[in-house]
Amino acid sequence: MTADQLHSIPALLARNVAAFGDKPAYREKEFGIWQSWTWAQAADQIDALAAGLLTLGAVPDDHIAIVGRNRPALYWAMVAAQRIGCVPVPMYSDAAAEEMAYALDHCGARFAVVSDQEQVDKIADIREGLTELEHIIYLDGRGLRKYDHAAMTSYADVQAAGRAAGLSARLDELSAARGYDDTCVMLYTSGTTGRPKGVVLSNRNVIETSKNSSSFDGLRVGEEVLAYLPMAWVGDFIFSIGQSMWTGFCVNCPESEATMMTDLREIGPTYYFAPPRVFETQLTQVMIRMEDAGRVKKWLFDHFMAVAHRVGPDLLDGKPVGGLDRLRYALGNLFVFGPLKNTLGLSRVRVGYTAGEAIGPEIFDFYRSLGINLKQLYGQTEATVFITQQPDGEVRSDTVGVPSPGVELKIADNGEVFYRSPGTFVSYYKNPESTASTKDAEGWVATGDAGFIEEGTGHLRIIDRAKDVGQMADGRLFAPKYVENKLKFYPNILEAVVFGAGREYCTAFINIDLTAVGNWAERNNIAYSSYQELSQHPQVLGQIEAHVSEVNRSVASDPMLAGCQIHRFLVLHKELDADDGEMTRTRKVRRAVIADKFSDLIAALYSDATDVYTETEVTYEDGRKGKITATLDLRDAVIAAEQVAA
Amino acid sequence: MKDSYVTPDGRTIGGVLMDMRGITLRFGGVEAIKDISFDIREGEIRAIIGPNGAGKSSMLNVISGFYHPQEGEVWFRGAKRPTMRPYDVARQGIARTFQNIALFEGMSVLDNVMCGRLTHMKTGIFSQALWHGAAQREEVENREAVERIIDFLEIQAIRKTPVGRLPYGLKKRVELARALAAEPKLLLLDEPMAGMNVEEKEDMSRFILDVNDEFGTTIALIEHDMGVVMDLSDRVVVMDYGRKIGDGTPDEVRGNQEVIDAYLGVAHD
Repeated sequence: MTADQLHSIPALLARNVAAFGDKPAYREKEFGIWQSWTWAQAADQIDALAAGLLTLGAVPDDHIAIVGRNRPALYWAMVAAQRIGCVPVPMYSDAAAEEMAYALDHCGARFAVVSDQEQVDKIADIREGLTELEHIIYLDGRGLRKYDHAAMTSYADVQAAGRAAGLSARLDELSAARGYDDTCVMLYTSGTTGRPKGVVLSNRNVIETSKNSSSFDGLRVGEEVLAYLPMAWVGDFIFSIGQSMWTGFCVNCPESEATMMTDLREIGPTYYFAPPRVFETQLTQVMIRMEDAGRVKKWLFDHFMAVAHRVGPDLLDGKPVGGLDRLRYALGNLFVFGPLKNTLGLSRVRVGYTAGEAIGPEIFDFYRSLGINLKQLYGQTEATVFITQQPDGEVRSDTVGVPSPGVELKIADNGEVFYRSPGTFVSYYKNPESTASTKDAEGWVATGDAGFIEEGTGHLRIIDRAKDVGQMADGRLFAPKYVENKLKFYPNILEAVVFGAGREYCTAFINIDLTAVGNWAERNNIAYSSYQELSQHPQVLGQIEAHVSEVNRSVASDPMLAGCQIHRFLVLHKELDADDGEMTRTRKVRRAVIADKFSDLIAALYSDATDVYTETEVTYEDGRKGKITATLDLRDAVIAAEQVAA
Repeated sequence: MKDSYVTPDGRTIGGVLMDMRGITLRFGGVEAIKDISFDIREGEIRAIIGPNGAGKSSMLNVISGFYHPQEGEVWFRGAKRPTMRPYDVARQGIARTFQNIALFEGMSVLDNVMCGRLTHMKTGIFSQALWHGAAQREEVENREAVERIIDFLEIQAIRKTPVGRLPYGLKKRVELARALAAEPKLLLLDEPMAGMNVEEKEDMSRFILDVNDEFGTTIALIEHDMGVVMDLSDRVVVMDYGRKIGDGTPDEVRGNQEVIDAYLGVAHD
């Protein structure tokens, strides 16, 4: 098969079977052992399921929902859908029933392939409203024995029926009928505003993007990746299906969500992706454990980390480093960096990416100084991930890199970033208005982010969401994310939300990081009985106040954004949570929801009060609602003198 | 033996698995159990409830062969059981968990659960020490069985963790895993939910139902949480001061005046 015939995922699969049929394609840890499937075995599983779907009555262009954590069988289900010309629609497995109902109803899925009883129950709750859903296929039958099986079959049974039907000729016919511009997959965006939108991506989008990005980083057959990020997220689709199918590398699935770190260590991925939060958590854990280490170990760690900070990034970028420093670094690698990377499961990482949110410079430098090639990329679902990424040797924490291969960028007058690329999405499903307002006739797509291209290097720098960038009452620029990111870089601040559009001055809500602050409390014999109590502890508030004041100094040094200094703040009594609608499932804050829900707190911040009493409704994981009350301290931060612009 | 019956949720309960006939147990002058008879049927979830000191744990110890009643007979799988040591009872296919967790704190979860396979191991101490041939094969087979239970109870993430480092709720789950590893015909649970929070109780209830459903294991449990007992069990025995004061389905027991008076408090109009 020639390269120009590789116009669909099933075609790539067939190529992989022919080219490296006996190499591992999927691994999953089950019963304590890594089980693996070669490309040939995976293709056989996929064909069996695809034929089984045909026997259930699936026809081309049907939507097939896929719900569950990362498992080879669910990846196969996506490819099986494509094999018969259907469109897989992966969904967030931790979504509440109503959220799932919306997506299932909107895409009109006739079939759903789900992981287990939990998902079956969730769909059962909403099934009445779903007129088009005909059949559920479940993977793990535990607890489902007593359920009514009229419209429900196990994955293995569907495969058995498929095998018995002998439809392989029909499968090839259906696969061959799919063109380069037919739909490959549909993914729902998490949506910081309003309802999720179904982003339609064509085979061209997915395959061209996979091809370009694989060659950008020189990905090849022998790479190992760990598939642990939500299957509904475009990144996972590109890494675990797009790039894996294009280059033929193996996708490893963890045993369970809780074992991810152990599994990471065992697999030792060479190509690794994680949102900043994962890197932050890992670093926090390392630091906490070093606090508990013996004096000698602590000294070794501190000493060699200082060496690493000085020369590590330069070594990684291939810049000249003195012989003595090289020797010191090699010693450090022997005693500290090597074992540490091994513990983190990052020993073999050749290409590491972080994206989704800004990453703190200290965190970024920490990993790079250990010799881990961590880079940033900037992307979105509508671009099939890649808009910009950092090439090896040009990695910095404050930019998101240069345009990815095939991507054109332009910056609008208001600072909004636009792009055009082979990955540009086809449309939003059943939503021509949104499609038209996002993508213009020439194919330029608005990212919704404000940024600028750095002179000299050509790197893109993102300031904030374009719609969040506003003006304060005196007309100065207001960019909340810019300040929030600075705040979030402190290990004891988990989340921050800054207000100030149209106001005299800026204020902020802050969420403490329970792991870091809890550990600090334990170390200092500070007793607390709840998150709420800890969050209002005077010493905690004092620390946060110091951080805010420090951030103010840093903000004041930028003449353009000096107006964004935080005058007053409070520490929230609950963690912002996706279950309460305050964040998206990918953990981005929903400003409008928060501003509305906590309007009493915002009003108090803009008053003279020193504390405020509040009642908040919370939703528990099982969907029940409760109420928590608290009296929150309102604190003033130190305002730094602004540098007068010349 | 009486006929089988079908539960409201559609499970078929088989014939009598264990029959307690006129059991009386004394400690010196104290009569802990006074002439109690009841049966446990194959595939059912049978609860024993009662206020503190009613003799529930003593009853469980009689079933598990730890206490030997002065009067009465224990019939298991259609035969009268002679006086037995607890390990003989384990070999017969009865496994239990304890009210106060009895795990090996310094050992990993995996090793603790492997202990439950003891009755399934045939090779001797020397061949196991050499770990060759039959002993090695046997360990692999048993490990596989244990891994299925670890998967079933969702404790993969703590497989290698020493039990002493685990929170209470997880220890309870590990104990259940160890009991299940023995592949028992009859599983005895002594207050499986004691000291747990609501979420842990929900998890444990689901595991108990799943064990019963997946493996067809007959379960006898003692529990204080009335909500749990009424939701889980097919039939309930109620004890008070060593006497049996009620026996029947949760609804029957709930309506029994003597039970209400003794246990649930006197009803007011």
